[in-house]
Amino acid sequence: MENLVKLTIDGVSVEVPAGTTVLEAAKKAGINIPTLCYLKDINQIGACRMCVVDTGARAFGAACVLPVAPGMNVKTNTPKLRDARRVNLELLLSNHDKKCLSCHRNQNCELQQMCMDLGVDDEDRFAGKMNSYDIDDLSPSIVRNNNKCILCRRCVAACNNTQAVGVIGPVNRGFKTEIKSAWGQSLSEVACINCGQCIAACPTGALYEKDGTKDVWDMLADDEVITVVQPAPAVRAALGEEFGMPMGTSVTGKLAAALRRLGFNKVFDTDWGADLTIMEEGTELLGRLKNGGTLPMITSCSPGWIKFCETYYPEFIPNLSSCKSPHEMEGAMIKSYWAEKEGIDPHKIRVISVMPCTAKKFEAKRPELGHDGMADVDAVVTTRELARMIKEAGIDFVNLPDEDFDSVMGESSGAGVIFGATGGVMEAALRTVYEKVTGETLNPVEFHEVRGIQGVKEATVKVGDLDVAVAIAHGTANAAKLLDSIKAGEKNYTFIEVMGCPGGCVTGGGQPIVSAQKRMEIDPKVVRAKALYDEDAGKPVRKSHENESVMAAYRDYLGEPNSHKAHELLHTTYVARAKYSK
Amino acid sequence: MPDNKEKYAKLQESIAKHKGERGAVMPVLQEAMNIFGYVPQDVQEMIADGLGTTLSEVYGVSTFYSQFSLEPKGEHVIGVCLGTACYVKGSQKVLDRISEELKIEVGRTTKDGKFTLNATRCLGACGLAPVMMIGDEVYGRLTPDEVPGILAKY
Repeated sequence: MENLVKLTIDGVSVEVPAGTTVLEAAKKAGINIPTLCYLKDINQIGACRMCVVDTGARAFGAACVLPVAPGMNVKTNTPKLRDARRVNLELLLSNHDKKCLSCHRNQNCELQQMCMDLGVDDEDRFAGKMNSYDIDDLSPSIVRNNNKCILCRRCVAACNNTQAVGVIGPVNRGFKTEIKSAWGQSLSEVACINCGQCIAACPTGALYEKDGTKDVWDMLADDEVITVVQPAPAVRAALGEEFGMPMGTSVTGKLAAALRRLGFNKVFDTDWGADLTIMEEGTELLGRLKNGGTLPMITSCSPGWIKFCETYYPEFIPNLSSCKSPHEMEGAMIKSYWAEKEGIDPHKIRVISVMPCTAKKFEAKRPELGHDGMADVDAVVTTRELARMIKEAGIDFVNLPDEDFDSVMGESSGAGVIFGATGGVMEAALRTVYEKVTGETLNPVEFHEVRGIQGVKEATVKVGDLDVAVAIAHGTANAAKLLDSIKAGEKNYTFIEVMGCPGGCVTGGGQPIVSAQKRMEIDPKVVRAKALYDEDAGKPVRKSHENESVMAAYRDYLGEPNSHKAHELLHTTYVARAKYSK
Repeated sequence: MPDNKEKYAKLQESIAKHKGERGAVMPVLQEAMNIFGYVPQDVQEMIADGLGTTLSEVYGVSTFYSQFSLEPKGEHVIGVCLGTACYVKGSQKVLDRISEELKIEVGRTTKDGKFTLNATRCLGACGLAPVMMIGDEVYGRLTPDEVPGILAKY
């Protein structure tokens, strides 16, 4: 039995489990206490003092870290509290650049929202000395502008705790305090994995993706090149949010329509590349099992995870699947198979990927991901950037008709669709591996044991006579835990899926940003994933090896999975990276 | 360098002693200060790896507290008292003059490694205000014009 605590908040009686914070209890009583540094499950440190409440104690308490007590009588809305919060905000504004009009987060900024909600009527009330910081835009993925930073430390918590990377932190003290990397190094110099979870955590515009839209607009305006676009699975599960649609709305058809209206010459789908990945990766796994290769084999779709492994766990590099990630595979196929088929000079093709991910920007620049002097992918924009492009082009997204992707690389199975959620790559692989090994038809097609948002999931899957021990981790801190347990000899698996971001790609660092208040009501990891699983369930083809156009690519061009040609185009190598740079 | 090797061995000892303790970064940084006189990047990296924390954490602590120095201290450490009595008696002007003469900001070390300039809290010699110390030597009732002559002695 759960130990329940009864208390009163603004005259409303609530009963909540012991250990609940006053902030959460108030939510239950229908009261949204303002917050800034609080981010559910990530940062609960009571630093910003926006959530102060009056419990009759000598001093106001921070509701986000104040546990409920029996009989507590909490007031959240008194003149003194409102004043305290407003002064707090005005002091934050005294060292904030307040350039809202040109800010990426304009109208989606928690600081701005808070100023509106709490009635700040003079942003310069405490005008005085301000810090001025250089913008760090040297990373291929992430830009930090500390002129907008309010020192809430949400990014620090995401980097350190959720991702076990910890390359940013508070430096100096008092007015000189700044969030940055040690020794003043740029994010491009430290062992940042480019995952962008810091961006997703930021309440203001201090962190954002390195802009790729200008390059893409230039490509679209260039008549000499052929632009081929491919959106990742997770994009369709979240893009609608940027246009006011409810979280969890799948916008696949509108996505294809919008890309076509932006003027891309071909609108393909990375889901096709995902199906191709399963053919290669599944075959690789069976090969390793048969030939005594390195096990467990670990998936390689997530570039944040890959850089994490290369930097922090290089001893596991032999365990990484040699498969390129789906959009890189598709890029390579666009510039070889498709170019040949269409009689187009591949040097004239520009492949543009729309990704839920900031690390894909780094990945696309990896020198090994290309052939014949061409990069497999020429530009990467995030879901957020695509939304900006659609708005800039004046496209009425919400009222677009549903359209299909172009053939041949627009056709996909349900297995390709679920790649965007944690456990999805594993499930997609199992569907194919099971049928390849047993020769039987899988029924039911779902593997529910690998779904869900538990940090580390484990299952033993019977594939014919084979017991395949699998594990799934999402968020690199969870991956670290999993790898540590393997290193310690406590665990033993055959096949592991790792996605760098918690929740997988649906909650990647390039996805629409969900405010802290919203995250208290709804878990984007669950709701967006459901959009993908629903889409999978509604697909006529649900297994990668039944994707007819992928099979045609093998028949007409690649030969067998893991063939020499497939290896040349679809597989890659990794490098151990130093944790510290001099 | 055998000398340095010994220093790093001492640092490792300190890390081993404090590993697993809550808040271990502080005492290890303090001991590193005693061993090296400052806490450079490679020392901080060793502390981070040794204690199983991040360089960001160690660097954050080392920049938060003024007792930690990121650069080597000069041969002679100057401490100008900015306590109330000395301040009232004009020690800021003395400090500014030293800063001007040595061409360094407060907290920094001269290029030749000879002087480090610090501003300190009360040195407990208010009767002699304004006061400064160079090494263990105390100079009292100072005027800015005396500064060049005093510095020339070193």
